[in-house]
Amino acid sequence: MHLSRARSHTWRKIKSALASGIAFVSAVLVITPLGLVFFHLVINGASSLNWDFFTKLPAPVGAVGGGMVNAIVGSLELLALAGIIGIPIGVLGGVYLAEYGSARLNSVLRFLADVLNGVPSITWGVVVYGLVVLRFKSFSAYAGGLALGLIMIPLILRTTEEVVLLVPNGYREAALALGVSRWKTIVHIVMKTASKGIITGILLALARIGGETAPLLFTAFGNHFWNHSLSQPIAALPLQIFTYAISPYDDWHRQAWAGALVLVTGIFCVNVIVRILTRGRTASVV
Amino acid sequence: MEIATAPASKAFGPPVSPRSVAQAMARPSRFGDKAFEWLTFAMALTVAVLVVLIGWELWHGSVLAIKKFGFHFLVTSTWDPVADQFGALPFIYGTLVSSLIALLIAVPLGIATAAYLTELAPLWIRQPLVSLIEMLAAIPSVILGLWGIFVMIPWLRDYPFAWLKRLFGWTPLFGGPIYGPCMLAGGIIIAVMILPIITSVSREILRSVPDLQREAAYGLGATRWEATRIAVLSYAKKGLFGAVILGLGRALGETMAVTMVIGNTPQIVASLFQPGYTLASVLANEFTEATTDIYLQALFEIGLVLFGITILVNLLAQLLLRTIATTSATRAVQ
Repeated sequence: MHLSRARSHTWRKIKSALASGIAFVSAVLVITPLGLVFFHLVINGASSLNWDFFTKLPAPVGAVGGGMVNAIVGSLELLALAGIIGIPIGVLGGVYLAEYGSARLNSVLRFLADVLNGVPSITWGVVVYGLVVLRFKSFSAYAGGLALGLIMIPLILRTTEEVVLLVPNGYREAALALGVSRWKTIVHIVMKTASKGIITGILLALARIGGETAPLLFTAFGNHFWNHSLSQPIAALPLQIFTYAISPYDDWHRQAWAGALVLVTGIFCVNVIVRILTRGRTASVV
Repeated sequence: MEIATAPASKAFGPPVSPRSVAQAMARPSRFGDKAFEWLTFAMALTVAVLVVLIGWELWHGSVLAIKKFGFHFLVTSTWDPVADQFGALPFIYGTLVSSLIALLIAVPLGIATAAYLTELAPLWIRQPLVSLIEMLAAIPSVILGLWGIFVMIPWLRDYPFAWLKRLFGWTPLFGGPIYGPCMLAGGIIIAVMILPIITSVSREILRSVPDLQREAAYGLGATRWEATRIAVLSYAKKGLFGAVILGLGRALGETMAVTMVIGNTPQIVASLFQPGYTLASVLANEFTEATTDIYLQALFEIGLVLFGITILVNLLAQLLLRTIATTSATRAVQ
């Protein structure tokens, strides 16, 4: 009797250790792809990365060499266009959800923003194709920027709302008690206090759309040369990586790896900046 | 009157939202206040406008195809743009099967990792692991696809696929020749894409389980695993289901990585070693090639079908997660 109970206790302990082991292996499996992707990016990307990559246009089909300078600049232009659309709408919309409105209306809007965040990014491409490309009969940087900007709106809206809600009520009350008008209180006191968090949200949204390819396929379309007008097709780094990756040429595959290394480095730099910013935020606001 | 009640409720009741205090204090006659409120309201309203806009634009773009093919569009399996024959069934099938494979892989791994992160792991390991999972989430789809084409597929073809064929080659699921790009490879790459979201949402759900649950289990002499299983995982069942549905929503719409590894052939076959095609991939591949109006309309309808499916799945996920959030919050307060 006593022996069997002791044995069952040992068995339960073994089972517990076994479960912990399985959970640990799962966690390792989850992060394995990250390690492998990084490893291969560095191995394949670094060897193809050279000065030409950052200074030259893509080489014609069949010729070896060339670079992606137009795609890098194109991606930055698209991010700027997207920011012009997505940042003001997202930030001000987030401020509304945090500061005004009725509880019911706001929960509906919040719900819709979350649903929008789950819309496949290629859907945005199709919608902007119908809205802009078909209407103006041309792929363009404007269309690409619009598609990316629309994706940013619900992302920024939700993060802005969250950080604005973190600002203590006392700040608002103090400003209002001094006779400062409501909107000035929000802009100069509340948004300023939450600015680090708002910027964090914006940066994360930019990092996210900077790697988006699907919405650009039939809006920005891609371009092997410099883009001279925003109403013309424009190159983007993720698009160029995709085109090169599915091409049959070895030299283009190498370029795709180099482009991927540059893109991932950019995205991770933004993520590191965000991490540094948020470390400061928890200290200053909360 | 209003001004008098606001501070009273603040003193005795739960914390008052910034809204009600400010409403009580603000002077509505000011033009700047009204203008700013309306401006931000208009911006917040864009999310509602965008939902309607997507639906309307996709419907508007496919109305001719809807009229011409009707319900048959969804159940016909011929996709022949040259003959103006358009049926979406192979794409719907490919989307569902690849997402199902992804869920079969990602759900157990994701939930086990979440349980490890909140219940089982030593404390020092938790934060670094969370950061790594966030980094995995930040990798763009196209880069995962690039890695999939040149690293994952050759490896899968030589080792796991060959073993699977040797062991289960007699079943229809793993029969036939192995090409490399195939439905199974597509499912695996989607699993990698959705693992971070399933893991992090599950982790949030498990973290919201009140400590009282755990303490009760340990108090009865439960081991660490027993406490996790009985007090935490079964308590959080509904929320974890919400996390899975949210992952499904992402899986259905995943585009670039899948397009690069699934083989892009519209067919319905049992073997997972055969290439497939998804709704999102056909849009990615064929949209710019659509030469005729009806072809373009059919592709818009594919977009409409994809949007319809993902919006339903996302609505379900949000509803599940929302009820959890409120009930667990109220329980925590009580």
